[in-house]
Amino acid sequence: MDQLLQHGLNALMLGGTYALLGIGLTLIFGIMRVVNFTHGELYAFGAYMMYMFVMLTGANFFVALVLAVVLGVALGAAIEFLLLRKLRGADIDTTMLVMIGAWIALQNAEQLAWTGVAKSIDNPFPAAPLVIGAVSVGWNRVFVFVVALALIAGTYALINHTRLGKAMRATFQDRDTAALMGIRIGTIHTATFALGSGLAAAAGALLGPVFVAYPTMGDLAAAKAFAVVILGGLGNIVGATVGGFILALAEELGAGYVSSGYRDAMGFLLIILILVFKPTGLVAQKERIG
Amino acid sequence: MKTGLTTLWVGCLFSIPLWMTDPYVLHILVVTGIFIVAAMSLNLLLGYAGQLSLGHVAFFGIGAYASALVSLGFNVQLAPGIVLILDPQPVWCGMLSGVLVSGAFGWFIGKISFRVRGAYFVIVSISFAEVMRLVAVNWVELTQGPMALNNIPPLTLWLPGVGEHVFWKKPENYWLVLSVAVVSYILIRRLVRSRAGRAMVALRENEPLATSVGIDVTRYLVLTTVCSAAMAGAAGALYAHYIRIVDPDVFLFIYTVTMVIMVITGGKGTLAGPIVGGLIFGLLPETLRALAIRPEVQWIVYGVLMILVLYFLPAGIVPAVRQWWQRRRSDAAAVRAST
Amino acid sequence: MTNIAAGQGAFLSVEGLSIRFGGLVAVDAVTFEVREGEVLSLIGPNGAGKTTAFNAITGYLAPSAGEIRFRGARLNGLKPNRIAELGLVRTFQKTSVFGGRSVLENILIGLHLRSQQRPLAILLGLPSVAREERTLETEARRILEFVGLGARALELGSALPYGEQRLLEIAVALAARPQLVLLDEPVSGMNAVETASFMAKLAEIRALGVTVLLVEHDMKMVMGVSDRIVCLNQGRIIASGTPAEIRRDPEVIRAYLGERYARAHG
Repeated sequence: MDQLLQHGLNALMLGGTYALLGIGLTLIFGIMRVVNFTHGELYAFGAYMMYMFVMLTGANFFVALVLAVVLGVALGAAIEFLLLRKLRGADIDTTMLVMIGAWIALQNAEQLAWTGVAKSIDNPFPAAPLVIGAVSVGWNRVFVFVVALALIAGTYALINHTRLGKAMRATFQDRDTAALMGIRIGTIHTATFALGSGLAAAAGALLGPVFVAYPTMGDLAAAKAFAVVILGGLGNIVGATVGGFILALAEELGAGYVSSGYRDAMGFLLIILILVFKPTGLVAQKERIG
Repeated sequence: MKTGLTTLWVGCLFSIPLWMTDPYVLHILVVTGIFIVAAMSLNLLLGYAGQLSLGHVAFFGIGAYASALVSLGFNVQLAPGIVLILDPQPVWCGMLSGVLVSGAFGWFIGKISFRVRGAYFVIVSISFAEVMRLVAVNWVELTQGPMALNNIPPLTLWLPGVGEHVFWKKPENYWLVLSVAVVSYILIRRLVRSRAGRAMVALRENEPLATSVGIDVTRYLVLTTVCSAAMAGAAGALYAHYIRIVDPDVFLFIYTVTMVIMVITGGKGTLAGPIVGGLIFGLLPETLRALAIRPEVQWIVYGVLMILVLYFLPAGIVPAVRQWWQRRRSDAAAVRAST
Repeated sequence: MTNIAAGQGAFLSVEGLSIRFGGLVAVDAVTFEVREGEVLSLIGPNGAGKTTAFNAITGYLAPSAGEIRFRGARLNGLKPNRIAELGLVRTFQKTSVFGGRSVLENILIGLHLRSQQRPLAILLGLPSVAREERTLETEARRILEFVGLGARALELGSALPYGEQRLLEIAVALAARPQLVLLDEPVSGMNAVETASFMAKLAEIRALGVTVLLVEHDMKMVMGVSDRIVCLNQGRIIASGTPAEIRRDPEVIRAYLGERYARAHG
């Protein structure tokens, strides 16, 4: 029972970051219909930015976190502006393949810059974990959970209670009509991609110090992000949030009770099963955003 | 005229080991050849049928493992009391198994691809390949996991009168791979120039119209994936018996990406596309290596190259060359007509 | 008003067809039949449910209620390709051709059901496949000649002017050798000359023994080619009969031209 609780607690922390990854991707995938292969690289970017600021320049941990996210947003905007703008009318294969090209270039650039050796990032939290009865959790993980929740709440508020969010929702529902209503689709796309990328970078910046940073870390993160998107339904923030926690729980239980090697397979198996048997996702009734 | 040129060209290819004796160059050609077969199989699915399959390496890897395991033999316990044993079989048997097992998985993917379309199929196909990789890593009893399957026997042919001949040397492997490539090309050519090929293309271009004249979507998706998977499995089997070591890295996504780059830059949906793409991206790493360029930079070049091709030659190199050639001919004809 | 009831021996019988989208009733208990060899036209104002009914009959939409039978076989729930195998082929309201393929290839694709090639024979390169390909090409050219596109055989489908694309559409449908062809607004966007030419072509198609179910807005054409007409409005049949009867029918007039006109001329 205690083991179960411990798994549950671990899943909470992990779930928050999976949710961040998933929300970012579901917005991009949903509003722009782009299979964003660079999503994982933004996650790695966030982690490496933390490494660079905290370990190389000695900056304050929290300042570094904010910087990493801001830079992630900027990188996302740059990718959209440089690569995707011109492909506005192209078919899905072309866009997808351009994203793959960008992914390859980005990942190898990261490898070139930081080498393949895993980098660990110091954190300012006490080493002794927080103990609650029979279970324990590190303070750094508690921090991650809290920040992730804050970001999720912030994104939800942005999408549902601001004008920008409203424009994004309109574009998701019906792009042509949104354009006719005066919404500048180009701006919305850049904003969406920037936001999604920022969330991915945030997830990386949060998890980097908990684990380590290494060049291919983005691949697994991207795969899990897709799993979360599919679990929660396209464009569905609440769904992605719930999906993130479900995935984390499935992984924890799978690793704990089946085999740790198959932990990462959980996400993929869930993807396959859901898409084949319930394509609209576990949470969503139909495709909607918000 | 065209057939004559093709025969001459193929004849030249066959003659290479006779005058090119550097084993390293031959090795590169063999590996490139294997990749070209895999790229041709992907082109059938991605180019002709328009299925965004990014898990193609799964079929390659399944073919490699199946062939290796059948020729090495295995002994696994599936469940308490249920043990599966196979004694080592001749290599040709292994290769056949590679083709058949891959084809079977292709059938399964084909069946579900009808329910899962477009971008979602991309995700499912990638997930499928990853699950295969993780199974290969974790089911150590069967696959030896990361320790790899070693000492896979090379192809052995038994010819009456000549006796047994083992394919140890590079030239023989080169001829084997070239033969498989030629046969694959012929099979694909026959397929795409037939009723089946037209059905695939029709489904890709305008599915509602295609179904209105009687084309069965599921049937042709399954046919395409089975053929495509079986051919990729053959490439995998060749790989297993040439490199003679197979480990879970054979399922890495990066190999799918390589195949995709070959097909897209060469020209998807054309017969020559994957060959041109395969030659470029099979031989490019070697030239870059000769220039002492780091592998990371090499991949950055690939990524950028692919993006450039997609922007400026979206249909690929082969169609662009064809168009240019056509324009030159019509320009020349116009000039002749006006003088 | 001639009563059109669904009989047992009807070629195509549509009985009580209803199609609902959520709360919206697009087609409401529509019953009619098409007799072998005739040309039946489905008319009605925009949004009357004509194309929706077409989609249900040809398997692109699942009916909420009702029975659709073609020569006795029940069509409900069948996939469009299966319905085509049974002899029922449709064209689409929005011009639908294989734009990236040549005109000849478009017809060859249409000839899909007429071809026997099996995958194994194809892969083995058996001579029967090459023989059949030659036969198919001859047949394709013949069909192109029939619709008047013979000279366009090697051009890209998307390169044809609008009127010829519509002809190509018909040709592709005919290639599948249907016994009943459903044409969805075949002359929309055509000028008077093209329409007249199409009407003549339709007569030739009839002469081939093909039954035709037509959806159209062009009244002149409808009156000119139809044996019988069924008029829909807001998902229901409001009138049916011969062209002469329909022309005089007050309900039809009211549906098309409004209440005031009907009263003024009633």
